[in-house]
Amino acid sequence: MAAGVATWLPFARAAAVGWLPLAQQPLPPAPGVKASRGDEVLVVNVSGRRFETWKNTLDRYPDTLLGSSEKEFFYDADSGEYFFDRDPDMFRHVLNFYRTGRLHCPRQECIQAFDEELAFYGLVPELVGDCCLEEYRDRKKENAERLAEDEEAEQTGDGPALPGGSSLRQRLWRAFENPHTSTAALVFYYVTGFFIAVSVIANVVETIPCRNPSRRLSREQSCGDRFPTAFFCMDTACVLIFTGEYLLRLFAAPSRCRFLRSVMSLIDVVAILPYYIGLFVPKNDDVSGAFVTLRVFRVFRIFKFSRHSQGLRILGYTLKSCASELGFLLFSLTMAIIIFATVMFYAEKGTSKTNFTSIPAAFWYTIVTMTTLGYGDMVPSTIAGKIFGSICSLSGVLVIALPVPVIVSNFSRIYHQNQRADKRRAQQKVRLARIRLAKSGTTNAFLQYKQNGGLEDNSSGDGQALCVRNRSAFEQQHHHLLHCLEKTTCHEFTDEITFSEALGAVSLGGRTSRSTSVSSQPLGPGSLLSSCCPRRNKRRAIRLANSTASVSRGSMQELDMLAGLRRSPGPQSRSSLNAKPHDSLDLNCDSRDFVAAIISIPTPPANTPDESQPSSPGGGGSNGGRASSALRNSSLGTPCLLPETVKISSL
Amino acid sequence: MGAVMGTFSSLQTKQRRPSKDKIEDELEMTMVCHRPEGLEQLEAQTNFTKRELQVLYRGFKNECPSGAVNEETFKQIYAQFFPHGDASTYAHYLFNAFDTTQTGSVKFEDFVTALSTLLRGTVHEKLRWTFNLYDINKDGYINKEEMMDIVKAIYDMMGKYTYPVLKEDTPRQHVDVFFQKMDKNKDGIVTLDEFLESCQEDDNIMRSLQLFQNVM
Repeated sequence: MAAGVATWLPFARAAAVGWLPLAQQPLPPAPGVKASRGDEVLVVNVSGRRFETWKNTLDRYPDTLLGSSEKEFFYDADSGEYFFDRDPDMFRHVLNFYRTGRLHCPRQECIQAFDEELAFYGLVPELVGDCCLEEYRDRKKENAERLAEDEEAEQTGDGPALPGGSSLRQRLWRAFENPHTSTAALVFYYVTGFFIAVSVIANVVETIPCRNPSRRLSREQSCGDRFPTAFFCMDTACVLIFTGEYLLRLFAAPSRCRFLRSVMSLIDVVAILPYYIGLFVPKNDDVSGAFVTLRVFRVFRIFKFSRHSQGLRILGYTLKSCASELGFLLFSLTMAIIIFATVMFYAEKGTSKTNFTSIPAAFWYTIVTMTTLGYGDMVPSTIAGKIFGSICSLSGVLVIALPVPVIVSNFSRIYHQNQRADKRRAQQKVRLARIRLAKSGTTNAFLQYKQNGGLEDNSSGDGQALCVRNRSAFEQQHHHLLHCLEKTTCHEFTDEITFSEALGAVSLGGRTSRSTSVSSQPLGPGSLLSSCCPRRNKRRAIRLANSTASVSRGSMQELDMLAGLRRSPGPQSRSSLNAKPHDSLDLNCDSRDFVAAIISIPTPPANTPDESQPSSPGGGGSNGGRASSALRNSSLGTPCLLPETVKISSL
Repeated sequence: MGAVMGTFSSLQTKQRRPSKDKIEDELEMTMVCHRPEGLEQLEAQTNFTKRELQVLYRGFKNECPSGAVNEETFKQIYAQFFPHGDASTYAHYLFNAFDTTQTGSVKFEDFVTALSTLLRGTVHEKLRWTFNLYDINKDGYINKEEMMDIVKAIYDMMGKYTYPVLKEDTPRQHVDVFFQKMDKNKDGIVTLDEFLESCQEDDNIMRSLQLFQNVM
């Protein structure tokens, strides 16, 4: 109920006293009255701007955030106010709703932002007042259309490649729908366009009278009669191409029924059918009349151009969407024509030798006059006829002028929408490229950080300050999180180059000495080998060996380092992670069979990387298998594990 | 052609101007605000405390910034409270009961006075107010026709879908019962004294009068 109604309720209840004498049964007892606290002023602090209102005002709508007990979650006891970290400008409208009962929509704000605020405060969009409702709905619809177009553009998009292994059908269909995808499709597109043009021109030229210089006979032939074979050959060629195209499209269409019903396919059929019908129709005079008519349909080939021209498609779509206006136009015109034709006929009836022989004959006059053509082949001669004729022409202008702006505005809207779609598609590519760049930036940041030995424990990090570049608190926490994940999965993040390199360098030989101070470690191309070493000895807390930064190709030095770390005094900073013995880790990270895997992340690190599966001991010809067996064969005294790199396909 | 259109439109605007002035006058009239008497005076006149008056006035002012309620608003309010049926007739009678000075608009003083009577008044006052409501032509007597109107208005508020189904003569029966109870001397009209006497004899009514006391 509106706020106003709530205000009047006590009064209406009081007025119910008037029913008492009439009541034949005793009235029910009144509901329990809550202790009236008297009205108090609440302070609502929205991003620093203080709004103060009566508690009763907010209580009017108990199923919203401010009206229910939900607002207690935002209560700040120190300051005694309700603090919301939201847009204060929008809150003004929300609060006004409580005060007046009408929710107004701000005109200069983004409609989606407004929607979000409404959702936050628990107001349904249906509460928007009548004054603003229409505009709100329009803007929302526009926005939704725009977003839908965006999504559609992303999905259909000519950018992303088809998933590998798409059938010939799918590829063919895609080539037909988006000719820009491949050169062959483009060639086909232009060839069909050319042949459409040729066909249409041939149809036109066929009828031009060809002057025959050799014969002085006055009988003029049309070109079509003079060179019948040439035109027939051209026609045949065009029709063959069109037929081929149609059949190919039919074959490639994902939904044949829908394709058959679509407008474009109908146009195609209409374009080629007359030819085939003409082939089978015998050339006798009875049927040749109908045959000639069929040839008229060949002109519909020109509509095939609509596949090639977006403007034509827009026009067609506009006409379809303005069907009601066009219908109205037609209907009103028909009415006017009939009226005026009748009037003119009866006005001119008396005249001798008049053209207005019947009402249908007067139709022609009416149409020509209303559209201000005025051929002059039919002209009224009586005064009454002339008067009505002039009225007819004046009203004609009006009747035609009325629906036309509607159609025009529809066309303009659709045309601009299309323009916008194209523009957005172009912008989308740039945007996506930028986003990808940013994403890779964050990925690289983490990897870079690791390379710089930032993940080193505090205990050993003297040189840490030197090489670790300044990170924001957010970055710190983010990196910590990634590190936790690494520890959890016994895998590490790396980049692709390193990974492929490491994969190549399966050989475990070539230990390069490596100082324990990681900071002075030469930073290779970021090769990372991880080692998570759950210790066999369960009495001691399992320590996941600190995965340090770049360790060069050899594996042994890793062991040294790990051994060194193991002996380092003091709890590791990440002991909390390491504290509990992970039986599962034991299983996975068996000392012999442990295969550390490196996961490359093309996408932002926030995505969970794939976990590697330890390659089976009997692994086949894959590198991993070979490596693990190699690992196992190498005798390692310490329970710490040899790192191994196995490429995991990226997400 | 354009010139023709131009002259048409200019002719039209000339026509509209005199009527526009009238509209402006009307607007001016409605813009007049009624302001109530001072808070102290109202407090003295009614049985409400200052705080209660403040709360009441805030709600009232919110709803009617011009300071007065007209009958249309009454009808709308009641239509919202009783959406099932047609509350306009009853609202009309109620409005007349509130509008003691018969000005066509209920100002805050009238509003608050009536509320004070209904909520905080004595039994006598409440019954008198009810009598005033029933007495449509304010002649001091209630006759059967007036009662019929009131009862029909009340039944109209119920709407069509009731259980048991509303029959044609239910209001009439109701009125008959009422008159049987109230009309002591069976002369076909109920006077104020008869009304007061009969009501005070009825325990139900007496008990129910206390029901609405805590509405505020």
